[in-house]
Amino acid sequence: MSKKQAAKAVAAAKPKSGKPLKQRIIENWQLYAMLAVPFVLTLIYKYQPMYGIQIAFRDFVASRGYWGSEWVGLQWFQRFFKAPTFWRMIKNTVLLSLFSLLWSFPIPIVLALMINQLRFQKFKRVTQTVLYAPHFISTMVVCGMIRIFLSPSGGLINLIAGTNIDFMTQANAFRTIYIASGIWQDAGWGIIVYMATLSNIDTSHYEAAKIDGASMFQRILYIDIPELMPTIVLMLIMAAGGLMNVGFEKVYLLQTDLNKATSDTIAVYVYQQGIERAQYSYSTAIGLFNTVINIILLIIVNKITKTLSEDVSFV
Amino acid sequence: MAKRKSGELHGFSERTSDIVLVVICAIFLFLVAYPLFYVLVASISNPYDVYAGKTFLFPSGFTLDGYKAVFADSSILTGYINSIKYTVIGTVFSVTMLYLTAYPLSIQELPGRKFFSLFFIFTMYFGGGLVPTYLIVKQTGLINNMWALFLPGGVAVGNMIIVRNFFQNSIPKELIEAAEIDGASKFRIFLQVVIPLSMSMMAVMVVFSMVAYWNDWFTALIYLTGPEKAPLPLVLRNILIRSSASAAQASTISGGYAELNKLTEMIKFSSIIVAAAPMLIIYPFVQKYFEKGMMAGAVKG
Repeated sequence: MSKKQAAKAVAAAKPKSGKPLKQRIIENWQLYAMLAVPFVLTLIYKYQPMYGIQIAFRDFVASRGYWGSEWVGLQWFQRFFKAPTFWRMIKNTVLLSLFSLLWSFPIPIVLALMINQLRFQKFKRVTQTVLYAPHFISTMVVCGMIRIFLSPSGGLINLIAGTNIDFMTQANAFRTIYIASGIWQDAGWGIIVYMATLSNIDTSHYEAAKIDGASMFQRILYIDIPELMPTIVLMLIMAAGGLMNVGFEKVYLLQTDLNKATSDTIAVYVYQQGIERAQYSYSTAIGLFNTVINIILLIIVNKITKTLSEDVSFV
Repeated sequence: MAKRKSGELHGFSERTSDIVLVVICAIFLFLVAYPLFYVLVASISNPYDVYAGKTFLFPSGFTLDGYKAVFADSSILTGYINSIKYTVIGTVFSVTMLYLTAYPLSIQELPGRKFFSLFFIFTMYFGGGLVPTYLIVKQTGLINNMWALFLPGGVAVGNMIIVRNFFQNSIPKELIEAAEIDGASKFRIFLQVVIPLSMSMMAVMVVFSMVAYWNDWFTALIYLTGPEKAPLPLVLRNILIRSSASAAQASTISGGYAELNKLTEMIKFSSIIVAAAPMLIIYPFVQKYFEKGMMAGAVKG
């Protein structure tokens, strides 16, 4: 009898759930010990800040601590709603993520469908490798490149177009810059999950379709896309749930005094108020407002998909 | 012949659609690769030729002055060393945390497994936000301390789920049970059975973590207040975003403002290459692992 078979036999003979809970916990003490450090860290740096959210409702003074600081109710929220740039920030945040989603969501799908059909394996590999590359570059570096390329004097775009426009100071160019560079950086990376699904398709389907005279376009339409649909829905839900989570980093690095009409977003405001100006309570209130909207979106989207399809489960 | 004929019935022959496909993919390839290629070419060209649009395809007025200036700048050099340090320590720390969490949570029979899973996964969807987290980091005395980059991140939950699923799906239960019968402790099984069987997954997580730490600047911006602690991307912010030359650079220039300006432009290109190169060189080596790993990790939630 091999070792594997022996193990199976013994495992079958050993009653698993028969032991009392206490004994099972003691038997697994090493596993709990492994969890200890991550557990404590998460408790301190993830859960304690959640407890600290209460300063959104207080006038927080560091020397008095959370409980010693005066309770002010919704004062900070009211101040935020009355801020002169409130509607501008809401509008910019929503539009920026909505347009990003509309443009950046379909492109990885189209790319994956095309690359999957490539028959020259070497070219396929090179294509994938190159498309992944920008994902591994720092946002800082990407924003540096954007600024260089869009520079009015000697920038690549102006050289090609023969113009000298200072794009970084144009409010109406900001969204295009943000979204286009986002596609450049992450569309290639986005294909991975779709490629993984497509690679599970039985190649005999393609062979049968070819014999029946289906063109490449028809094979994509009738074999690949239906196979990809559950993944697409799942990815869409996840994207929709984070609609208010506009990335702070890129907006912050691409913002100039002159494009604020479209680049002023909630995340940047939270940073400026909280870290730069040390308005701890005010900044926490704005952040909480944003998180709550996100969670509501997540719940709505989750409900919609549950009624839409049974086999796609989320969270 | 028959195959080709049937394809033609629907407009395109197989051959034509193959060619169309390759052309389209080549266009995408070009769009993604060209900006990087242009920066590389510009970084070894005379800045005046770059301004004049002479460097679209080939370097013009070849020079390595930009790179010399980058490595002569003490703040960039310090940033580089800091980034290497943070990346190495951070990666070891993060991957250790990831494995320590993912393995116990992959054991179905562990009492309380559900509670612990929820405990970690909940932090993916809800958090205290910027300021409350900042206040805790401050309270625990980590301001201007390197560990502020690692500890508050705790466990990367998204990656942890991928690793946990990998353990559940790809490591044969019989092997673990056999080791248990041989009297190995749970921890020893983890070290001597599970880890060796998951090296490909570990390679992926190491690279993901390296990329995250190498490219991070926001955490450093908030918590590392001293300029001597700044990682490379934060140092580059002055050059790339604020377009200002450091005093050290200015003092090496004798030709006045025009010369300084020229050098600043060159440094932009060469510092981009210097910052991006390490990760761009590393990732192709693990590409096949992360493609597979995504599959293994994504299969079951």
